[in-house]
Amino acid sequence: MQMIKEEFDAIVIGAGMSGNAAAYTMASDGLKVLQLERGEYPGSKNVQGAIMYANMLEKIVPDFRDDAPLERHLVEQRLWVMDETSHTGIHYRSDDFNEVKPNRYTIIRAQFDKWFSRRVRGAGATVLCETTVTELVRDAKGKVIGVRTDRAGGAIYADVVVLAEGVCGLLGTRGGLRKMLKPEAVALAVKEMHFLPEEVIEQRFGVKGSEGCVIEAVGTISNGMAGLGFLYTNKESISLGIGCLVSDFAAKMESPYALLDALKNHPSIRPLIAGSEVKEYAAHLIPEGGYKAIPQLFGDGWVVVGDAAQLNNAVHREGSNLAMTSGRIAAEAIIQVKRRNDPMTKRNLALYKTMLDKSFVVKDLRKYKDMPALLHTNARNFFTTYPRLMSQAAQNFMRVDGTPKIEKEKATTAAFIKARSRLGLVSDAIRLALAWR
Amino acid sequence: MTNPGTKLRVEDKLYQNRYLVDSGRPHIKVRPHKQPSANLLALTRVCPAKCYELNDKGQVEITADGCMECGTCRILCETSGEIEWNYPRGGFGVLFKFG
Ligand SMILES: Cc1cc2nc3c(=O)[nH]c(=O)nc-3n(C[C@H](O)[C@H](O)[C@H](O)COP(=O)(O)OP(=O)(O)OC[C@H]3O[C@@H](n4cnc5c(N)ncnc54)[C@H](O)[C@@H]3O)c2cc1C
Ligand code: SF4
Repeated sequence: MQMIKEEFDAIVIGAGMSGNAAAYTMASDGLKVLQLERGEYPGSKNVQGAIMYANMLEKIVPDFRDDAPLERHLVEQRLWVMDETSHTGIHYRSDDFNEVKPNRYTIIRAQFDKWFSRRVRGAGATVLCETTVTELVRDAKGKVIGVRTDRAGGAIYADVVVLAEGVCGLLGTRGGLRKMLKPEAVALAVKEMHFLPEEVIEQRFGVKGSEGCVIEAVGTISNGMAGLGFLYTNKESISLGIGCLVSDFAAKMESPYALLDALKNHPSIRPLIAGSEVKEYAAHLIPEGGYKAIPQLFGDGWVVVGDAAQLNNAVHREGSNLAMTSGRIAAEAIIQVKRRNDPMTKRNLALYKTMLDKSFVVKDLRKYKDMPALLHTNARNFFTTYPRLMSQAAQNFMRVDGTPKIEKEKATTAAFIKARSRLGLVSDAIRLALAWR
Repeated sequence: MTNPGTKLRVEDKLYQNRYLVDSGRPHIKVRPHKQPSANLLALTRVCPAKCYELNDKGQVEITADGCMECGTCRILCETSGEIEWNYPRGGFGVLFKFG
């Protein structure tokens, strides 16, 4: 590889959701953009469930439906509370989701990121894969002026560097732009890809054509830790996974693959994946710290977007849309500064934060600012005690065995109070309601 | 803790994955130690690829070939200096086909 002597308007580190959104937006506006990605191809390092929210992509690539690799559009979502042998749940299915421009799709990240990257190149950006950025380059005053990579050829310079490096955020933490992630502010998720014929998926989930169904589950499946399981239908495969806080994994010395295997063998899940061929096992972190974990978002010569900025809504399981939106907004801010012929200083790049604060990204995260701490400190009750009680209550209600109904109801109430005390129940309910507000 | 004896199954799982191993250049190293800290010891169970193992002297060793570059061990043990963590060179390491 030759030395890159050119200077760029912007260097984007990472070709995931946020980096692609930023690179595409800037290149489309005519900026000279270099994007660097350490994977063999964009997506080769990236893991997602994955539900993709169309509105946020549409704002960036309006005609994405023409050629993006989309798996299924969602018509049904199931929220399950599980104990060892059962699940209780809410299912929401609506034909309204069969619209001309559906709202949510399942995707397969390695394929989706390749597609997005083709669009980025098409917009005029230079994309270099198999290139790990090893360091940010600064001038004497500390302004970020470029990057160094593991390729021969020295530093590459640009007016501004967009850090879209994902949840690990190695460069930002090592460069002193933000602190190391705390184990209680991040979840480790493991996931498998189960392949099944399209017709089998359609039959098992009651969907047809490109309709899809997703399940999200909490309960004893996380073994007392704060965690969530998921099962998403793709065209010819099922993504099945589970994630829990890293701090909980460490304290319990729990193995993620043991949790995943237990989930696969749960009587509610097993029949859904029966006969499948597993073609991949993946692991990845997810930011869970919410609003309070958002670090400094801009500085002299740099901005940070997506997971690297902890922009992830743990309550709604949204990440990719916040990543895309923050990437787009950072790019729009950079474009504005550039149009005014202003330098990419901290002061001028503050525009990015001003714009982001007004968007759904920061507004949503602020809404749930107390949720991460609540679920973390109360994991046992929310993820084990209550799911067991809910199952017991449902079974008491449904089983017909000659016990008078009034006695059944009393037994249910007594079980709740015994497990968590009346005060504990009331305080959990209030705290949950407040955090949700 | 859930049942032990899952090692075999992890290897089966990793067997499905594609890797380009940068031979002789491990991207993660464990600092020599007499006794592992609680977090370092936890990695023998928490690492999703089971890269960390206890040797017969009670020390933790790493073989990073099956690493999925998730960063969990870095979160738990980099600050204390017990491990040194870097990304593999560009193009090397895990290659997710689906992700
Ligand atoms: C199991 C799981 C399920 C999820 N499910 C959902 C879901 O259903 N819906 C949803 O919206 N979100 C979901 N998320 C979250 C979502 O995946 C992320 O929020 C999103 O991928 C973040 O995008 P990003 O661009 O910030 O980071 P990433 O997509 O991680 O991209 C970062 C990129 O930077 C590259 N990179 C990093 N460091 C360097 C370097 N030094 N040099 C060069 N390149 C570098 C990486 O290789 C990578 O390509 C899920 C996450 C996980 C782990
Ligand atoms: S990065 Fe993840 S997979 Fe790799 S060794 Fe560390 S914990 Fe294991």
